[in-house]
Amino acid sequence: MEYKPIKKVVSGNYAAAYAALHAKVQVVAAYPITPQTSIIEKIAEFIANGLADIQYIPVESEHSAMAACIGASATGARVFTATSAQGLALMHEMLHWASGARLPIVMVNVNRAMAPPWSVWDDQTDSLAQRDTGWMQFYAENNQEVYDGVLMAYKIAENVNLPAMIIESAFILSHTYDVVEMIPQELVNEFLPPRKPLYSLANFDEPFAVGGLATPNDYYEFRYKIAKAMEDAKKVIKEVGKEFGERFGRDYSEMIEKAYIDDADFVFMGMGSLMGTVKEAVDLLRKEGYKVGYAKVRWFRPFPKEELLEIAESVKGIAVLDRNFSFGQEGILFNEAKGSLYNTSARPIMKNYIVGLGGRDFTVKDVKAIAEDMKKIIESGKLDREIEWYHLKR
Amino acid sequence: MNTLFGKTKDEAKPISPKSVDEYPEAPVSLGTTLVNFTGDWRTFMPVVDESKCVKCYICWKFCPEPAIYIKPDGMVAIDYDYCKGCGICANECPTKAITMMREEK
Repeated sequence: MEYKPIKKVVSGNYAAAYAALHAKVQVVAAYPITPQTSIIEKIAEFIANGLADIQYIPVESEHSAMAACIGASATGARVFTATSAQGLALMHEMLHWASGARLPIVMVNVNRAMAPPWSVWDDQTDSLAQRDTGWMQFYAENNQEVYDGVLMAYKIAENVNLPAMIIESAFILSHTYDVVEMIPQELVNEFLPPRKPLYSLANFDEPFAVGGLATPNDYYEFRYKIAKAMEDAKKVIKEVGKEFGERFGRDYSEMIEKAYIDDADFVFMGMGSLMGTVKEAVDLLRKEGYKVGYAKVRWFRPFPKEELLEIAESVKGIAVLDRNFSFGQEGILFNEAKGSLYNTSARPIMKNYIVGLGGRDFTVKDVKAIAEDMKKIIESGKLDREIEWYHLKR
Repeated sequence: MNTLFGKTKDEAKPISPKSVDEYPEAPVSLGTTLVNFTGDWRTFMPVVDESKCVKCYICWKFCPEPAIYIKPDGMVAIDYDYCKGCGICANECPTKAITMMREEK
């Protein structure tokens, strides 16, 4: 069957819901929270309208939502959920459980700032605070990437037996309508066949337990296996990303999407929707003669160290844009990127710009101002300060 | 005598992989609980007085281990390799046929 996309004008959240529908998920357990709610509302609507054969489990909290997802996934079902910020934080314990039990659950997290003070706007600290839970993390730049990301995530997760989080920005993507090219169901089925589980608790002939006590004699080996699966996931991500490109025309074989690297003095590095703004600004800056490029980190876990090194070796500077902050240290992507380069010969000047926390607008004008600052730093060879609270009212 | 999913106590052996490759990919149970002789946790041991037992098997139903089995003659008996001495059987027994006795070690 020839690929002819079905174009729909949808919000990021509806893109996520359609992707779950097309991925033929069997179980959804979720709890509403702004700005995520319209994802699970849409899925409930699909079920009510007879479009989806999904067991929807209503629960009393996000902790229970993830617990129900874990139980369902352990029987071999394809499982989906979605949340945001405080809800994700409440799931925290269960996130470790999902990865530890090696269950390929896919969750959409809508990035929202952590309270207090209360905020419902875009900020990456909620998902980045779940960095060490053993979940893969994909940051979507636009609604199309939300849709594509969910479909690819199932294929990748079910291959390496680790859960995956697809992350989109509050309101900037979640509630903003854009054209999304959707894939006809038969072609999704070819790309994403039914799940072949590692184990199934629904096997009543040979019953067994999962996640029972492991003494110090055994625990260590299971942790190593997760570490190895996460490392192996890099290859799977690239292969699945390439296959997706060949089938549907949008290539995701790079874990870091990049442009203008070869002759760039410096690049902007960041994740998520703010990189859409950066890409627009970089095109304009190029026309104005700035030797600048961009590196959009799609996958934060596993972290694409090798791709980062290639970029770092060919540029003089990297401006890392973090819509998040780790108190007592620095922006989280900045921290990861710097650390990844330590045992290498690449030594670009790296500066961390803290931008857009709590949904503060980040515009092309801001990217240009940062480019001006970076240009001065590269020319002088001197880093004035490592962390710049760019938007701070002074 | 005591069986779990077709395996007997005598067959149960602890599984201890020698290298990381011998471990299962996910932390599924590496053997049956039959290899865990939990009887040494016990402080009080249940003792069955067969003259009072009416073969109602309420103790057998309630034992959480399970460490109570039914002998060929229909009487109940305790498997002391697994009985933790919780006392639920003695508490549930309607004819007081099970008594918890302090165990000397």
